[in-house]
Amino acid sequence: MAFDDTARPASSAPETTAYGALTDHEDDARWAYGTGFTDPLHGVPAEIPDGIDRADLAAFCLALGDDALIMSHRLQQWVTRAPELEDELALANIGLDLLGQARLLLTRAGEAEGAGRDEDDLAYRREPHEFRNVRLAELADADFAHLVARLLVFSTWRLALFDRLTSAADPVLAAIAAKGVKEMTYHRDYAAQWVVRLGDGTAVSHERMVAAITAVVPFIGELFQDDAVFFQGDGVRAEFDTVFAQVLTAATIDVPVIPAGPPGARDGHTAALTEILAEMQELARAVPGGSW
Amino acid sequence: MTAQAVVGTVTDPELPMVTLAELGIVREVRQDGDGVVVTITPTYSGCPAMESIRADIATALRRAGFAQVEVRTVLAPAWTTDWISESGRRKLAEAGIAPPGAAPRRAAGPIPLTLTPRPSAVRCPRCGSAETEAVAAFGATACRELRRCPACREPFEHMKEI
Repeated sequence: MAFDDTARPASSAPETTAYGALTDHEDDARWAYGTGFTDPLHGVPAEIPDGIDRADLAAFCLALGDDALIMSHRLQQWVTRAPELEDELALANIGLDLLGQARLLLTRAGEAEGAGRDEDDLAYRREPHEFRNVRLAELADADFAHLVARLLVFSTWRLALFDRLTSAADPVLAAIAAKGVKEMTYHRDYAAQWVVRLGDGTAVSHERMVAAITAVVPFIGELFQDDAVFFQGDGVRAEFDTVFAQVLTAATIDVPVIPAGPPGARDGHTAALTEILAEMQELARAVPGGSW
Repeated sequence: MTAQAVVGTVTDPELPMVTLAELGIVREVRQDGDGVVVTITPTYSGCPAMESIRADIATALRRAGFAQVEVRTVLAPAWTTDWISESGRRKLAEAGIAPPGAAPRRAAGPIPLTLTPRPSAVRCPRCGSAETEAVAAFGATACRELRRCPACREPFEHMKEI
């Protein structure tokens, strides 16, 4: 996201074109070609406090950042496909919140790693096998019911986790979590209300909502396997189970038994991730270090 | 003009009727000779206006003659709509955007789930009716939701409490 226009030819100096006012150099930040999107943690102290294991912090921020980045991309794919304009706005906004979380977390992961990688290196210049997101985030949605089922599981789990991370030893991670909690409270409510509306709707919507929940359930176990790194997520599972059951009960859907996840949480991916990254990384790979 | 006064004139790129200071985005302006350090905080994690906000503040200060300008970000404490000033709330309402009520106070324990529309005291910014309905929890930006007023039959936006 490091675009700049310092290489702009002199012939386009503001006073020589009919569009001088538009290219007022001091005002470049308003324009796509000159935004110079910088480090989202710009000005936030980058040091890692003593007593924190840098490798653990980097791994944890990378995993949570990857979850948000990949889930956000899947949500963005719903724009222009949502059933109503209001839902399109909702999904775009939720995707934007998660993209913001991803930028902060990947930047923090790069700082903790200490190898000079920034958010762009981590988002655009890694191979599928290097991504640490849970499989749940990358699944393609067969229909809107699948989307809201996946978003319910994702936001219920992530909200419970972030709520506990607000007291993380790393102050930057704690601050990112505190912002995320406020945002994801709205995400979870949005998904839960749709699951109830469809589950407790017509015979057809009920059937399709049940099918969507059934399809998502095998991907829940993985979420609870890797909380031993850096941070103990005490009570996350219990809170998830309570909220998930509360929503399904209101939706007149039987609460399913959740099987354990696959061994090696975050180690494996479905073929869907390769497809997502092919789309997301295409421009960055075609024009390395591109400048507009 | 002091640096504080200059920064106080800069408006929000998405809500140009209010200033960044009125929204509570500007957390501190520290002046040291002709050097100024401004601290700002994002409203939402993904706020796409942060770059623009940073640039607008720096431009305003440079035009006012401050040579050394630094704009820093701070993430904690997280921004809350409670930081929007009285004048900011009045200007939002005048522009047809219902200002936020008090941010939710959380009791101990898990964050409560909301399965039905929250009871709301949001007044219609046009006719003042207290009976308004939620249309959608997300609007044109992350910070706003869509509502409508059955009394005057107009839709309006409301800045969500966070």
